[in-house]
Amino acid sequence: MFSYCVDPKSIEGLMWLSCYVTTAKHMSFYFSFLVVMGLLSLAAPLAMAFGFAGATASRSSFKIIRSVGKGYLAMIRGIPDIVFFLFIPIALDQAFEYLRHKVLCSDVTVPIRQGNDFVVCAAAKLPLNTASEWVHDIYGFSLALLAFGFVFGAFAGNVLSGAMAAVPKSQIETGEAYGFSQSQIFRRILIPQMWIYALPGLSNLWMILIKATPLLFLLGIEDIVYWAKELGGIKTGVYEYPHPDWRAWYFGVLMIFYLSLTYLSQSVLDKISARLSQGQATMAGKAG
Amino acid sequence: MSSCFETLSDYGLRSLGYGERLLPKADITLCEQFVLIGSGMIWNIYFAVLALLLGFFFATVLALGKNSNLSLFSAPCRLFIFIFRGSPLFIQFFFAYDLFVLIPRLGFDIDLGFLVVTVETRWLTKAWLGALIVLFFNTSAYAGEIFYGALRAVPSQDLESADAFGFTEIKKFKRIIWPTMLRLAWPSYTNEAIFMFHATTLVFFTGFPAWQQKGDAIYYASYFADKTFNPFVPYPIVGFYFILLTLLIIGLFGLINRRLNKHLPTNERKRLRFNKYNLVR
Repeated sequence: MFSYCVDPKSIEGLMWLSCYVTTAKHMSFYFSFLVVMGLLSLAAPLAMAFGFAGATASRSSFKIIRSVGKGYLAMIRGIPDIVFFLFIPIALDQAFEYLRHKVLCSDVTVPIRQGNDFVVCAAAKLPLNTASEWVHDIYGFSLALLAFGFVFGAFAGNVLSGAMAAVPKSQIETGEAYGFSQSQIFRRILIPQMWIYALPGLSNLWMILIKATPLLFLLGIEDIVYWAKELGGIKTGVYEYPHPDWRAWYFGVLMIFYLSLTYLSQSVLDKISARLSQGQATMAGKAG
Repeated sequence: MSSCFETLSDYGLRSLGYGERLLPKADITLCEQFVLIGSGMIWNIYFAVLALLLGFFFATVLALGKNSNLSLFSAPCRLFIFIFRGSPLFIQFFFAYDLFVLIPRLGFDIDLGFLVVTVETRWLTKAWLGALIVLFFNTSAYAGEIFYGALRAVPSQDLESADAFGFTEIKKFKRIIWPTMLRLAWPSYTNEAIFMFHATTLVFFTGFPAWQQKGDAIYYASYFADKTFNPFVPYPIVGFYFILLTLLIIGLFGLINRRLNKHLPTNERKRLRFNKYNLVR
């Protein structure tokens, strides 16, 4: 980075540190913080979409759709989310490749599952073997994103269905009395009124989503945990910047990063909640 | 082709290091997956039960501390709860493990008067102690916040009546505050217990090594998924075991909830059901 960094072994102190924290690998480390923020900003709306679909399905008048929706919302209570994080990306990957294999290589008759192997033809591979590095990265990230959307969608679905149930019955009945159709009641009455009930749960969910982002590491993404492990490990004399085991420091930095992120979110969410409670007929809404 | 009973005796206690040393490598049967993953559940239950039991008491202390008027007591409790609730458990595991590794490998002798216990710091880098400490602190912080919320919600009339009857502070706490706090906190605490069991699945994905392949349920599940390249069998098996466990917890905590609410008229009793707003931690 700096001109004096050419021979890091000859410099000391702050100058050494300034060179150390600006190496190419450290730049990747800083970039991975942006990946976390990117994941947060994409996973939140995706989870809301999944959750909204789940909550609506669990109120459907068709029995099959209703039980699918209820099953989706209930599964997250019994099964640890890590199971889904490990299961969904690899299952989706195999499902995509299986479908592509059936479509693109219909002439191949060799079974896909051969004992302990999963063999698809070269054209069905995702991403293709010839694809460049960044395509693999994007594909891996997208699978991870889908897993996050699916798991947090189930959490969000629970919050939203609770909020929908909390909208006073009389409001719905008023809509019926005015001759609204079911979909009009849903759009004009239920949805606008449920947000205030959903807010505490959704705030809670946002905090959990923040705290779940390091699980990207489990999905093989080069995220902040990966780089903290990588950069913090013992570097012997053969490296340009030798140092002892500094992993505790690096993870200390991650702790501080997450603590400030949750602290900041909490204060913003508290403000929003105070704002929305203004004038509501609740304990928080009455001026003290 | 061995029968499933043989597999059970070979691998039933594999996670503790008994039985067959080598894990199944080829021709993995459904039975082997069920038995070995079930064997791994021993660790999940060990971590969660001990962390919850110890954490229950520490959480009460934290809640009382946070509620204290003296900032000497309340400030450290607030900080502790903030640190463990505000950061991901996953990072806490890594951070703690790397700290434990840095501690010199010494042995301490603790003289209990009647016997001398040697505490070796290298145990801290083993999952059975190191990860247990992290889980214990984590659940204490979450439960502490739950108990603190419940403590603030104890009706003031109850306290006034206790004062009117001339209860001492200790008696007031034992007879009025603590039982009421528990009763109010119980549904959320049940939730916390369930998520504690789920959180134990993280242990062997962090720094803590699974020594001699003695791992928990999800450690073996991911082993099978790697070996067979088929995620559709081992992960649903883990899911199955955890659903059973969750139902067991709900049943057990429901019984305690019944006891905590025993004195109330039936129409005021709160049935233990999930509060959809407080579903997650």
